[in-house]
Amino acid sequence: MKALVAVKRVVDANVKVRVKPDNSGVDLTNVKMSINPFCEIAVEEAVRLKEKGTVSEIIVVSVGPKEAQEQIRSSMALGADRGILVETADDIGALEVAKILKGVVEQEQPQLILLGKQAIDDDSNQVGQMLAALLGSGQATFASEVKVDGDKVQVTREIDGGLQTVELALPAVITTDLRLNEPRYAALPNIMKARKKPLDSKTPADYGVTASTKLKTLKVESPAERQAGVQVKSVDELVEKLKNEAKVI
Amino acid sequence: MSILVIAEHDNKTLNAATLHVVAAAQKIGGDITVLVAGSGAQAVADAAAKVAGVGKVLLADNAVYANQLAENVAALVADLGKGYKHILAAATTNGKNILPRAAALLDVSMISDIISVESANTFKRPIYAGNAIATVQSEEAVILATVRGTAFDAVAAEGGSAAVETVGEAKDAGVSKFVSEEIVKSERPELAAARIVVSGGRGVGSGENYHKILDPLADKLGAALGASRAAVDAGFVPNDMQVGQTGKIVAPELYIAVGISGAIQHLAGMKDSKVIVAINKDEEAPINAVADYWLVGDLNTVVPELVAKI
Repeated sequence: MKALVAVKRVVDANVKVRVKPDNSGVDLTNVKMSINPFCEIAVEEAVRLKEKGTVSEIIVVSVGPKEAQEQIRSSMALGADRGILVETADDIGALEVAKILKGVVEQEQPQLILLGKQAIDDDSNQVGQMLAALLGSGQATFASEVKVDGDKVQVTREIDGGLQTVELALPAVITTDLRLNEPRYAALPNIMKARKKPLDSKTPADYGVTASTKLKTLKVESPAERQAGVQVKSVDELVEKLKNEAKVI
Repeated sequence: MSILVIAEHDNKTLNAATLHVVAAAQKIGGDITVLVAGSGAQAVADAAAKVAGVGKVLLADNAVYANQLAENVAALVADLGKGYKHILAAATTNGKNILPRAAALLDVSMISDIISVESANTFKRPIYAGNAIATVQSEEAVILATVRGTAFDAVAAEGGSAAVETVGEAKDAGVSKFVSEEIVKSERPELAAARIVVSGGRGVGSGENYHKILDPLADKLGAALGASRAAVDAGFVPNDMQVGQTGKIVAPELYIAVGISGAIQHLAGMKDSKVIVAINKDEEAPINAVADYWLVGDLNTVVPELVAKI
């Protein structure tokens, strides 16, 4: 079966971002960009399923700027077979991304659709659920284990109280949690090979989607700074401060 | 103006998270209706009817809603939601699972994890792991949002007297099935709602040491236990104890971080705590920058000493 994996180009997880002085957004000039960590886990899971013989072809798709090609190539270096880049402006909403992905799914007819549970830039945690709704298929969010069995898939999900296992009919949408797997590193020969793998370029219009959103970001600010704390020298001093100064115990 | 609040529950009791969502709904202003979708959930509906500020409770009681499968609950929410101006749910795993699906069914954008209500269509929410706060305005006819519980004070669980109405026929979407659940049992207060949280990181060394060191402190303080992602990934404790961008968001009165370095992803989950204490052997640990009090020392000796002295 075919697997489709959606990946997003985001600021690298280790970068401490700065808000622009005019409060229009976060400053992304000369900042290291990477594949969203949750998306990387989705790619890894698809590759593992291919290694097991469950999946025959992995298509990786990214909706974003031209530079997102890099993230598609990195996914190919990890084992994806081909890529699709749907080029859009930066400010596209989750619903519009889901609509574009729906168009891709209808064209490619994958049985498994894998996404990260959230992108670490907008922290929305919406696209997978929206895509599943638009397709009318089942969804398993926050997956920590995926087992494909014939035309069904059993997914263990991380929920607030612990774990929940659900069974979905294929095709299904799965969004990955951090504990699903440990992504591999791309070996140099695979990076070289990835350069030769096919990468299609599309636009939202190819899928009949107008890339805009009815959510307007009016302002982006830095969060309130915490007052600098004090170093205490002993447990006695700590207990004294907590009791008399902070009055929390 | 009318607001639909999706109740968070386990078919027996109403989860406190719902009280925080009702508080956010009151800030928006308007008639508040709570939807209880479950199976054998009459007690939950009765509890919701008593919540201060709630005007009406809708009870959808059917086996297809028993396990909160998103496919079935979202269809119900989208169906009922057409008559409302706002639809709110808690930013729990359950709310995050259901609400975006309902939004797409209604063909509207949604706003995740709001931390403040600026006006009926303008909200603040954290982005980039809490390193920036965005003010977002929605031009949608129906505004869907999940609410970060720790950002709104809970309304009183008693004092209301709403009518309970039973709604509609239930439909099974037929694409998903509940298989099993593994809920971690704990005597301690719930992490997201606790007044004091004691959290351990990679520095505690092992699962055995985590409990040996931190259990007595949590017991003494009546605190909930939490952990950093490093401690969860190392297998010290189960994942539902994780505090951070990808785990739970907490804002207790006192947060004690033991053996936690303070990665951005962890800070996103706890830096709104009132008082933060860091106990770490590393003088340069980033956690010290957000801590009100920090003590450099070996947690294996410092924590037992702390237990003895409080």
